[in-house]
Amino acid sequence: MNSKATSSTEPEVTLDLVKQHGLNEEEYEMIVKILNRKPTYTELGIFSVMWSEHCSYKNSIAILKTFPRDGASLLAKAGEENAGAVDIGNGQAIIFKIESHNHPSAVEPYQGAATGVGGIMRDIFTMGARPIACLDSLRFGNLSSPRVRYLFDGVVRGIGDYGNCFGVPTVAGEVYFDESYTGNPLVNAMCIGVVKVDQIARAKAEGEGNPVLLVGASTGRDGIHGVTFASEEISEKSEQRRPSVQIGDPFMEKLLMEATLEIIKEDLIVGIQDLGGAGLTCATSETAARGKSGIEIDISLVPVREENLIPYEIMLSESQERMLVIAKKGYEKKVQEIFHKWGLNSVIIGQVTDDRMLRVKNAGKVVAEIPAASLVLGGGAPVYIREKRKPKYLEDANRFNPSELEVPPDFDSVLLKLLGSPNLASKKWVYEQYDTMVRTATVVGPGSDAAVLRLRKTNQAIATSTDCNGRYCYLNPRMGGRIAVAEAARNVVCSGAKPLAITNCLNFGNPYDPEVYWTFTECVAGMSEACRTFETPVTGGNVSFYNEDPQRIVYPTPVVGMIGLIEDLKHVTTMWFKEEGDLIVLLGENREELGASEYLKVIYNLVKGETPELDLHKEKGVQDACLEMIRNGWIKSAHDCSEGGIAAALAESCISSPNRLGAKIRLGDKIRADALLFGETQSRIIVTVKPEHWSDLEKIAQKHQIPFSVLGKVEGHNLNIEGWIDLPVSKLAEVYESAIDRIMEKKVEAVRK
Amino acid sequence: MKFGVVVFPGSNCDYDAYMVAKSVVRQEVEFLWHQDTSLHNCDCIILPGGFSYGDYLRTGAIARFSPIMKKVIEFAKDGGMVAGICNGFQILLESGLLPGAMLRNTSLRFICKFVQLKVENKDTPFTNMCNQGQVLRIPIAHTDGNYFIPEEGLKQLLENDQIVFRYCDERGNITPAANPNGSLDNIAGICNRAKTILGMMPHPERASEIILGSEDGKYVFRSIVNFFNPGR
Repeated sequence: MNSKATSSTEPEVTLDLVKQHGLNEEEYEMIVKILNRKPTYTELGIFSVMWSEHCSYKNSIAILKTFPRDGASLLAKAGEENAGAVDIGNGQAIIFKIESHNHPSAVEPYQGAATGVGGIMRDIFTMGARPIACLDSLRFGNLSSPRVRYLFDGVVRGIGDYGNCFGVPTVAGEVYFDESYTGNPLVNAMCIGVVKVDQIARAKAEGEGNPVLLVGASTGRDGIHGVTFASEEISEKSEQRRPSVQIGDPFMEKLLMEATLEIIKEDLIVGIQDLGGAGLTCATSETAARGKSGIEIDISLVPVREENLIPYEIMLSESQERMLVIAKKGYEKKVQEIFHKWGLNSVIIGQVTDDRMLRVKNAGKVVAEIPAASLVLGGGAPVYIREKRKPKYLEDANRFNPSELEVPPDFDSVLLKLLGSPNLASKKWVYEQYDTMVRTATVVGPGSDAAVLRLRKTNQAIATSTDCNGRYCYLNPRMGGRIAVAEAARNVVCSGAKPLAITNCLNFGNPYDPEVYWTFTECVAGMSEACRTFETPVTGGNVSFYNEDPQRIVYPTPVVGMIGLIEDLKHVTTMWFKEEGDLIVLLGENREELGASEYLKVIYNLVKGETPELDLHKEKGVQDACLEMIRNGWIKSAHDCSEGGIAAALAESCISSPNRLGAKIRLGDKIRADALLFGETQSRIIVTVKPEHWSDLEKIAQKHQIPFSVLGKVEGHNLNIEGWIDLPVSKLAEVYESAIDRIMEKKVEAVRK
Repeated sequence: MKFGVVVFPGSNCDYDAYMVAKSVVRQEVEFLWHQDTSLHNCDCIILPGGFSYGDYLRTGAIARFSPIMKKVIEFAKDGGMVAGICNGFQILLESGLLPGAMLRNTSLRFICKFVQLKVENKDTPFTNMCNQGQVLRIPIAHTDGNYFIPEEGLKQLLENDQIVFRYCDERGNITPAANPNGSLDNIAGICNRAKTILGMMPHPERASEIILGSEDGKYVFRSIVNFFNPGR
């Protein structure tokens, strides 16, 4: 069915209506100036979504431009295309990006998360790349709350059902729990794809007269103003925004991908862009602006799934699984045949023009006419630098004197408590609901430092990880930003890869709050410093502001999605202990740093102190040394020290070893025992080697001028840290692996009993 | 010999099965499109895993009506070899080529992990390279893999040695704890009376290269090849 032109009169554009659309008076004046007249209702809708925070990055773009965004192997720079593109040699490129779907998931966790996954995958295959892996970085409140459990359960199901059906393995990510995310969970989805360098599709409209097609699902009322919803805080009223949440259909998306990759491979198109946030409006205006062209469409031709949609709704609908295709003139029939083969709609709705206007008609009558460039980021969209101020809370939060805390008498129970706390515990309950293996490329799945995916027809592999500790960023945003990048790099290095590039998802509160804006700029500065050190440019990503509920602002959470390249499959390294008798060696050093630790939070319920110091030079040395040791073939396991400190890291290497191998450890450092065991000093990697390689390792460590010490050896089936901890690995494993299961499956257990 | 891998809209393990046939056991292999009405002289048809037609309605329920399935059913009834993996198994049940039905997993969740399978019958074209009682390590990935069959049907499966794989622990013990989804009698895979049609929930194509964590799935593919070219 096609939409019928409605005769219903459209609301008159008033300042009140403008404000309801999330635009201020000043912005409205800009619109009037651009158009040289009052906008129509449809035009107001178009401006409001394109100038929303979500689409325009108006409050962040000036800061984002300070990220290092250049690199020799970059094929598409941040913002140029739907996702970043990195050349990995052999004529292949990696396309990858991370994006948030926080607000929809706060209201409707299942569909919110599912469409988050769907949206990021479209960003990847719209560039001609077949998705090879997804990652999900998640944050929720405390699991003791039933509402939080509902959100957690729904998000995990949504991610699983979408990715599993589509047929992409979900291989890594993180899940953290903290009260700051209670009403406003974070759902950041990342996707990685592979494409031949000469087959990367571009998101632009060029060539006057080239036909413009809308393909895939039909258009309905779902998701209207999704982007505006994403640009305000979560409140009691958010429930009313439920219709702004899109509905996903992974089966349709799978067909859409196959058809899309086919038309790109057959070289039938000049440009293509997926319809995500701001739907048809965003896809038409952005492709036209990028191609320095215009686009003219007639929305009466758009296939719809509901009656009486008005032009405003069609332009703003965020119905999922749709793409805008700019075909080469004369090849549109061929494009349509391919979509027909996959059982999908493909309708010519307009053409490329040379007047640089976005012109929307309804059955021939013009309903909107706007210079395309005026709508987009980098064109006419507003750019603001907001006021910033160092937050008041920091003075009190950073003040912390560990000597006021007693050193606990029994570290066995402390370790068990830490391993059983949801942040440290195994995330098996989550990732066993994801298909982690489909497409048979997963060499290392979830549960090691990074996931590893082989690249077919080569001897190479990609390692990938997402990282961010929000508590670190809360207590010191600059250091937290640095650590997020450093830890992601450390994780891919531990897996045998050289870090290549990052994407990021910057989750913050309301940017009009000067304290929020300060933490935002500080995090970006810290990340930038680290990216320069590791030579990992930022290839793009997403900013999500307004992550607040009425009680609280989320911790500043700039999630880093890192990819690294493993040159030879022989270098793939995992975190678990391999063989009794192997030496356990620490690269880096233990320092007395208890601030911001999981230990303080779990044992003393304190979010206090200074974030651990991260010296970028030292960090780089540790990573370079580790990678060199791996490439020399000496390293049998490598694991980074993060939350829970050295004790948790050792426990994880024991628990994850298939034979539950133990370790005998002696820590000689003269620092307070709890800081030594559970402090989160940065730039530490625990590796194991055969004893005969000890001197080889020492040479490499000296070359990179890094501290280096032997902690003990792999032995028996107990984790024994002399003087402090002695526990059977089976006991550690039981606590670690069942913690989340026990919280989430209470009902099931009750039934079983 | 020649494998044929059926591609339904929504199949997503088609490529994985194809690659094992081609690159691991090095046989001729071809994709068969769901709208095709010919099996292109394939000797063994694989119905791969995935979500055929989105699995809306019920798993495998729509796929059985596709044009290619008409041919596959004829072929199977004539004694042709067919292996259904995961969604393929579900389609075989819906088509009536194998007895029984799938219920939701008892956890009511999708489960993806490595499990152990015990080879309960090595005298089939799909398991002739295994030892009786051998334990294979192969992953599962499904929401509806809780196999059910009424008592009378189970009796027949047992009498005719139609149970090919059962979920077991590392030592080969068939225990409730080793049953990941609630399947009756820990059943993971069955065949027809003639032993020419196999349905199994675990994914042998995901465990056919050591780099993926296990090569045990290769036994199934090598057995099929061995059946056609004995002693190769």
